[in-house]
Amino acid sequence: MSKGILYDATKCIGCKQCEQACASENGLPYDDKIAAQEVTSAHKYTAILTKDDKFMRKLCMHCEDPACASVCPVGALKKTALGPVTYDKSKCMGCRYCMAACPFGVPKYEWEKAIPGVRKCIMCSKRVAAGKQTACAEACPVGATIFGDRDALLEEGKKRVHDNPGAYLQHIFGESEVGGTSVLLLSSIGFSNFGFRTDLTERALPLYTYQVLSRIPDFIPLFGTMLGGIYWITHRRQAVAAAEAQENEEKGGAR
Amino acid sequence: MTVPRMRFTFWKAVFLVIMAAGIYCTFIRFFRGLGASTNLSDQFPWGLWIGFDVMCGVMLAAGGFTLTAAVEIFNIKRFHSIVRPTILTAFLGYLLVCAALMYDLGLPWNIWHPLVMRNPHSVMFEVAYCVMLYTTVLALEFSPIVLEHFNLQKPLKIIRSVMVVFVILGVLLSTLHQSSLGTLYLIMPNKLHPFWYSPLLPVFFFLSAISVGLAMTIFESSMSSKYFGRELELPILRDLGRVLVVVLALYGILKFEDFYHRGILRLVFTPSYEQRFFLLEIFLSVLLPLGMLLVPKIRESAQGLYLAAVICLLGFVTNRLNVAITGVESAVHGRYAPKWTETTITAMFVALGFAIFGLAAKYLPIFPEEKAHLPALRKTEAHVVDSEFAVPAHAGD
Repeated sequence: MSKGILYDATKCIGCKQCEQACASENGLPYDDKIAAQEVTSAHKYTAILTKDDKFMRKLCMHCEDPACASVCPVGALKKTALGPVTYDKSKCMGCRYCMAACPFGVPKYEWEKAIPGVRKCIMCSKRVAAGKQTACAEACPVGATIFGDRDALLEEGKKRVHDNPGAYLQHIFGESEVGGTSVLLLSSIGFSNFGFRTDLTERALPLYTYQVLSRIPDFIPLFGTMLGGIYWITHRRQAVAAAEAQENEEKGGAR
Repeated sequence: MTVPRMRFTFWKAVFLVIMAAGIYCTFIRFFRGLGASTNLSDQFPWGLWIGFDVMCGVMLAAGGFTLTAAVEIFNIKRFHSIVRPTILTAFLGYLLVCAALMYDLGLPWNIWHPLVMRNPHSVMFEVAYCVMLYTTVLALEFSPIVLEHFNLQKPLKIIRSVMVVFVILGVLLSTLHQSSLGTLYLIMPNKLHPFWYSPLLPVFFFLSAISVGLAMTIFESSMSSKYFGRELELPILRDLGRVLVVVLALYGILKFEDFYHRGILRLVFTPSYEQRFFLLEIFLSVLLPLGMLLVPKIRESAQGLYLAAVICLLGFVTNRLNVAITGVESAVHGRYAPKWTETTITAMFVALGFAIFGLAAKYLPIFPEEKAHLPALRKTEAHVVDSEFAVPAHAGD
């Protein structure tokens, strides 16, 4: 069963316990200065965003069919069966196609390092594999971030939105964006207030490239045969012309 | 290094200055990292080195496969005398692209990873294989030139007997590679501006590569005649100019149809940041060269052809930079301009390209027939020489 995270902004009190837990789980620095940064970066995998008195969490969405994993030429990024999208630096060659392809701008790079890698939330994949919940969900004192089976969380989200239409925006971010994501977000105000794109396609992004890539194995023998055929015909014509010329010459000589 | 006989000319001085600056920037890049040497950021993971060095580098190398296909596969013999310089350009272009990739990749020593860690769902994986295989094929297509220079008849015979296989492979790989650079961007339907994001991206990249291949050949031949005192094969260039008209027209019509069907024609007339760059691109790449080449007087003259070709090249360079940079700026709410170190490295690769081409043209039989027929007479179509790689023995026609 694929795991997921449900974040309910209406419950969030903006205490940033999730940020701190994330930093200590991943060995990242954390202090008041970093806490004040409302952006994710190579040293901050999740951030609490504020808009007036409302909050929102930014983290890797862990797409069901992630663009980053599909574009990675060496498979350094992978969607695991359990849900997390993980990263293996030992495979990475640093092409940064994942960063260009991610519709949420999640993967960050260690630009200042001579031996850099991609950094992003990996949904505490080791904890999840061990049957535990993510550090952020465990740390949340008010249950704004909860961890569980994605299907169950989606049902829970739908129920909350349905039961209390006044308190919620009628949209679960991640239910269908780019084919659905393992992280689901609930909010009382529009997601665009926090810089989220609300015009994302509902089609899984890898399908856009796959519809071209999948044709290449068929294309190669067809195009190769065509080129070989053209070569054969254009050069054959010439050989025939040469043979005829020679024949004519011989006839002429005999006369 | 370019001055075997130390004649200190202006261009050699420029070259040495660029190389010195380039070597300095190389140190910054590899000892202090991408952050210190580029203006790349989490918003702009790809910049000038991908947009120009790689995307334009590959595009400008397209003359190799375009001309090889015309001469070796379609058997259009009158283009034969200009095939070798295009193969040299392509080979050089791909070597420089590989070198530039070593600068851009964060972990360049892992560049071999796609060989063993395969993800066939990645366009970058396809790109990686095309670069590797086509560079190898280009080395083989280029090898007869070196073998001839050292008069190694036996390997020459062997390589010529199998050359047709490599020619077909080369055209196939080029077709895939040129188009795949467009396919790379298909994963960004919500990021790349609609001027450039189209389901037809691979087709546009392929068609523009052919245009650039033709324009680059005209440019190259004109430059060679100017700087190496070669006779200008004007009748051949006129033919190339005519083919260029047709390909540009196809590209332009397809662009119009694509815009029409995606309903974004009105965007072309709505002022915006992207609109200015798009108008510049389409004007330089298609409208102006096409307009010029449709005038017989311009099409027939050496200067006219040269000018149209150069404008066309600038236009398609603008196109690649628009796809790589301009087209994503709005989506990531930022602007990117390369740092001086990025520009210097790029200038170094361009300078190296010119210098190595010059050296190769000087010491290798790149223009072989010319030497054989000194004092050079204008070649006409009737003047048929053996096929470049001479697979079957041709009797002229």
